[in-house]
Amino acid sequence: MTMTLRINGQEKTFDAPPDMPLLWVLRDVLGMTGTKFGCGIAQCGACTVHVDGKPVRSCLLPVNAVGDRAVTTIEGIGNTDAGARVQKAWLDIEVIQCGYCQSGQIMSAAALLAATPHPDDSDINAAMAGNICRCGTYVRIREAIKRAAGEREEAKNG
Amino acid sequence: MAKNLSRRGVLRTGLAGAFVFTFYLPVRAANEPEEAPDSTQGKFAPNAFIRIDRTGKITLVMPSVEMGQGVYTAIPMIIAEELDADFSQVAFEHAPPDEKLYANPMLGVQATGNSNSIRAFWKPLRTAGATARAMLVEAAAQQWKVDPQSCTAASSVVTHTASGRKLSYGQLVDAAMKVAPPKDVTLKDPKDFVLIGKPLKRLDTPNKTDGKVIYGIDAMLPGMKFATIMASPVKGGKVSHVDQTEAMKVPGVEKVIVLDDMVAVVGAHFWAAKKGLDALTVIWADGANGTIDSAHIWEDIRAASRKDGLVAKQRGNAAKALGEGEKIELAYEMPFLAHATMEPMNCTVQLKPDSCEIWLGTQIMARVQSTAAQLTGLPLEKVIVHNHLLGGGFGRRLEPDMSLKAIRVAQQLNGEPVKVVWTREEDLRHDLYRPVYRDVIEASLKDGKIKGWKYKVTGSSVVARWLPPAFKAFHGIDFDAIDSAADTPYDLPDFRVEYVRCEPPGMNTGFWRGVGPNNNVFAIECFMDELAKKAGKDPIAFRLDHLHGSPRHQAVLKLVREKSNWGSPLPERAGRGVSVQPSFASYIATVVEAEVDHNGDVKLRRVVCCVDTGIAVNPDTIEAQLQGGLIFGLTAALYGDVPVKHGRVQLSNFNDYRMLRIDQTPPIEVHVVKSGEAPGGIGETGATAGPPALRNALFAATGIPLRRMPVDRDVLSGRKKA
Repeated sequence: MTMTLRINGQEKTFDAPPDMPLLWVLRDVLGMTGTKFGCGIAQCGACTVHVDGKPVRSCLLPVNAVGDRAVTTIEGIGNTDAGARVQKAWLDIEVIQCGYCQSGQIMSAAALLAATPHPDDSDINAAMAGNICRCGTYVRIREAIKRAAGEREEAKNG
Repeated sequence: MAKNLSRRGVLRTGLAGAFVFTFYLPVRAANEPEEAPDSTQGKFAPNAFIRIDRTGKITLVMPSVEMGQGVYTAIPMIIAEELDADFSQVAFEHAPPDEKLYANPMLGVQATGNSNSIRAFWKPLRTAGATARAMLVEAAAQQWKVDPQSCTAASSVVTHTASGRKLSYGQLVDAAMKVAPPKDVTLKDPKDFVLIGKPLKRLDTPNKTDGKVIYGIDAMLPGMKFATIMASPVKGGKVSHVDQTEAMKVPGVEKVIVLDDMVAVVGAHFWAAKKGLDALTVIWADGANGTIDSAHIWEDIRAASRKDGLVAKQRGNAAKALGEGEKIELAYEMPFLAHATMEPMNCTVQLKPDSCEIWLGTQIMARVQSTAAQLTGLPLEKVIVHNHLLGGGFGRRLEPDMSLKAIRVAQQLNGEPVKVVWTREEDLRHDLYRPVYRDVIEASLKDGKIKGWKYKVTGSSVVARWLPPAFKAFHGIDFDAIDSAADTPYDLPDFRVEYVRCEPPGMNTGFWRGVGPNNNVFAIECFMDELAKKAGKDPIAFRLDHLHGSPRHQAVLKLVREKSNWGSPLPERAGRGVSVQPSFASYIATVVEAEVDHNGDVKLRRVVCCVDTGIAVNPDTIEAQLQGGLIFGLTAALYGDVPVKHGRVQLSNFNDYRMLRIDQTPPIEVHVVKSGEAPGGIGETGATAGPPALRNALFAATGIPLRRMPVDRDVLSGRKKA
């Protein structure tokens, strides 16, 4: 089936079975490998992308359910204000170890900050508990989210 | 990226199924090197590790692999330190498979594991850097016709001090190529280090924030097929019957491959392969292991642990000393554990009649190459292996099973590249598991001091399978299985350590982050708490009473006592537990604070960890490794178990092989002690530290001495007896 999706602001036309999860369209059809496969059952969050700004697990989202909503992936999240701040904070705090889960972590964190500019610990827990990190970078993820939230504040005041 | 894709895109049509595909595939991922790996053309390449080009760019070839532990930053720091290089000009490159050039000096093979990279390469890499520096200085001195001793080097520039003349390393490339390497070089005095000891930014992380990083699973090749596999759920089982009718109806499925012990479905993308696999009907002939349950495995190991073992180490007279004072004998049991790297097992292979090309992330480059050569019958040099950054290793990628299985799939194709990706379910069910262990400890206590000590570890020998010469050299004793038991830091003059090998039926065992010390430190540290209680002593005071032979352990233990507010009041059913470890040449003391509710659920409140790892090459990485390693270990302590029924691992996915998540993660403080000693290992250490400290915290909180992992909530709640 021929479909068109709006991904990171660009229209992409491709053929895929309608029930194919968005994850595999991104990775195997479009070659956008930044979004990761971790579990296939929405347990780990490695495949998180944004659909109209909301975080979703692309491993379970059939591509024909996306419709004309805007898809943002890790390759494009740096073009959003929250995404750029999260990426910078991730490097400033040196969150990342193996990095495999971090596309998903960054996508979840960017969605959190876009919706909740000043998250407290319970907001962070609620937004990030769906993302597993096997290297155990959680302590620094929490710190980096707070750093990214603070930088928005600095930018406003400065 | 989209522009790149269409430029590099290739049109693929005519796939099986009723639809036509417009297929965009990058020829090679954007950030993979365009030139051949390890190219030395036009570069100053004085040894296996350093390549400097005429622009001054320094490419360092990494003898260890990066799986998150930060070694692609630490190794460049070590080389660049002695090379006096401009660190901003330094880039890394994966080493090709080559046992001669890149074997780890401590392991004797090209492998990354056992927290050995910095320990083993510390001296060779410093020497490599210092040698290259001496050659660059010599090249400059020759041009200026001055004594090399009158020149200095810093930040990739050689300066003639008297005249102020300068030449950059890039300008010296051609001249340095003609300089003979010096036989001896002087290494820097650590007080003169400018890079080592600083929390420098990691070199591998920027591409990990924007999707540009390429792991093995991201390999993309023109004309590539996608496959997923299912191996016999029982070890040694065979395919008995396959009905592929429904699988072949799945759009995008191209081929079903039936081998003697596994099946694979090949398709236009993973989704087709996965749906095809789900639609297959496979009947297995289980063979002899089809009746194995967890209970049999535990019966076996308990029986084996009653036998006398091989004596791994002894001093004084343990038997006599055990007769003095009050004798205590206890046993501790550790479960199988899966690795569950976030990047599921995968490997991409292109097999042609005269060559085999492999893309994956592995801890064992040379072994992937040699086993592939064996399987295909090709000469070694016809097997090309491309390594990648690893989406987690933890010991799982010390095995070549994922590459061998992918080659067996490729053998059924006609030379097209095929990416074989395992489902998470396959990944958890076909691991090489951390072995089950049973540790029996006997000790006698007299006047608050330990008199006799006998420690017997029973379990599988991973070393016997993985590094047979080492098993033979130690006369049938697995050096890893006794690690941190034979060299426990406690003052134990009458001491004996025994080893009993017991291979669990129907299960493959492998190295798992923390390896042997995970088991031994757990048993010893739990036992120390039980002895302290018997002696009526505070657990830290009791340990300090037995650590007179190890001032570095004394120091970290005293520091953690202070930093953890040891002894300050806690709420009801909350407790602090301590653990001390000598493992991987790092000296670590850890305190976990935890509480237990009446349902037996555990809440982690706080972790404090004090580490003396000698010279801390990159202190920020050390802190990160301990934070993460502690979570790895605490995850196992709280959840890790691999039940077996009818020879089948009873796990499916992260729903039943649970991971600690951010909302359960407590604050973790790491204090890195300044030291001038040689660097110790760090990647494994946190995984070892967490479980005993947690168990001892639960002991303090409830008085219940757990002696089996993982934590049993039914026991903690009183629903079940320990």
